[in-house]
Amino acid sequence: MSRIRLLGAVSLLVSIGFPTALAAQEMISDTTARKQPLTTWGVQLEEFEYRYSDDDEELGVWDADSFYGTDELKLRWISKGEYSLEGRAYESLENQLVGQVPISRFFDAKAGVRFDTPEGPDRTYAVLGVVGLAPQWFEIDANLYMSDEGDTSADLDAEYEWLLTNYWILYATLDATVAFSEDREIGVGKGLVSTETGLRLSYDLIDRTFSPYVGVVHERKYGDTADFAKAGGGGTEDWFAVIGARIAF
Amino acid sequence: MTYFDVRIPGLDMTVVQADGNNVQPVNVAEFRIGVAETYDVIVRPREAQAYTIFAESMGRSGYARATLAPEEGMEAAVPQLREPARLTMADMGGMPGMDHGSMAGMDHDSMEMPKGGASDPFYAKGSGLVPVAANGGKFLSYADLKAQNPLYEDREPTREIELRLTGNMERYIWSINGVKYEDADPIRLQYGERVRFKFVNETMMTHPMHLHGMWSILEVGAGQWNPIKHTVSVQPGATVYMETEVDEPGQWAFHCHLSYHAAAGMFRKVIVEGGPESAQAKAGATTEEGGDA
Repeated sequence: MSRIRLLGAVSLLVSIGFPTALAAQEMISDTTARKQPLTTWGVQLEEFEYRYSDDDEELGVWDADSFYGTDELKLRWISKGEYSLEGRAYESLENQLVGQVPISRFFDAKAGVRFDTPEGPDRTYAVLGVVGLAPQWFEIDANLYMSDEGDTSADLDAEYEWLLTNYWILYATLDATVAFSEDREIGVGKGLVSTETGLRLSYDLIDRTFSPYVGVVHERKYGDTADFAKAGGGGTEDWFAVIGARIAF
Repeated sequence: MTYFDVRIPGLDMTVVQADGNNVQPVNVAEFRIGVAETYDVIVRPREAQAYTIFAESMGRSGYARATLAPEEGMEAAVPQLREPARLTMADMGGMPGMDHGSMAGMDHDSMEMPKGGASDPFYAKGSGLVPVAANGGKFLSYADLKAQNPLYEDREPTREIELRLTGNMERYIWSINGVKYEDADPIRLQYGERVRFKFVNETMMTHPMHLHGMWSILEVGAGQWNPIKHTVSVQPGATVYMETEVDEPGQWAFHCHLSYHAAAGMFRKVIVEGGPESAQAKAGATTEEGGDA
């Protein structure tokens, strides 16, 4: 606080010192093009993988994220999907379009819409979330959703990167979804819906641009959601071996 | 783009120039060089053998290497990369009581490295980043640089401008006094004044601050023999002073020479007002502004 006040005093002194000199001539103003905010963009496939389950199920899975914007405002397109290679259908397919603004030193808030268009009924959601880096270097992405059917839910993604070396990285991920009301049509029960836990070992082959990995993923459904899945003839728990790559531009 | 630690195993180097200006010769085993800085050194090989010029990046993730030899095709051994330095709390920046800039009257003979940890007045007290020569010899410090021929009369600065080097590593935001270039007013200087700049590095990275158009007289406590540079490295958690004789009218760039930091916002325009060419400068600005004027 005292530092800020001191700086304020210094800049005040500086500004007081000027007027007499400036009055003598016209101000030269700074008209450089770089006075425009710097815009950046990025595209990342956090997960782009083939999954093989203990039930011989085969999936193609991606989790992609693109952004464009400035330090103060970014537009983000998040795309996630699970494609069944046997069923030739999307088990899940989700696209989010959100605006993102910084709210603290390490966290951003985001708001926007999410479109779910898998095999079966579609849903549109309003999204409100926070994303950032928590103490001890956990990457956190937490969101609240309200669907066009009026159902509310939340999810939490946490990720931890353990740098074994500068190239070998072990990623631990946890995704958990909770529903505050039941949406039977899409098989979602009230309470804890599902978790997906993953452990992936990657190697940065081309800088951080292309990092192939292998790993294991555990998916589980809980409570009413598990019951709905069983009633529909589906499983409630899966172990997957995964092979894929992280790709970033 | 980073800092490099440069040495030639088997040869001492005599530093004779910094940023193109002669300095009083100083013998070193190794020196650290920042983006845009230049050092001229003299080496005296006495044997007809090859020597490796070895430049390790500060983070020890790689090196550049050249060979100094009496004939083509000769090679010398290439050293192993050393372990990277670790930052200490002292390097974490932004902490009070880290003012090491008041160096007038400092006893340079007492600046030998203490046992168990290197020290350098241009690094934060307790810094983990102070470089140590690979062969245990002398590592160049800014405190060793003294001008051969001062370009200017030594005089008191007319005023001081504090520039805190600020940023957010996680967001890759870099700024000065917490303000990015896009949001900043230019720094206005008056032709003929002598300005003292106080850099306070509140970040965890070293910033090579580079002023265009006018020389940066680095405060090393040598009075009129303070060296004349154009790029001044400011270590994490450290405070460094430099003085500038404002002798060039016009508009000048002033920025961290890690270009990504400059592009992100650690950049200021310096406008020198008054002076013999102020008429042209004013005319130029008016044209630039076009209809806005």
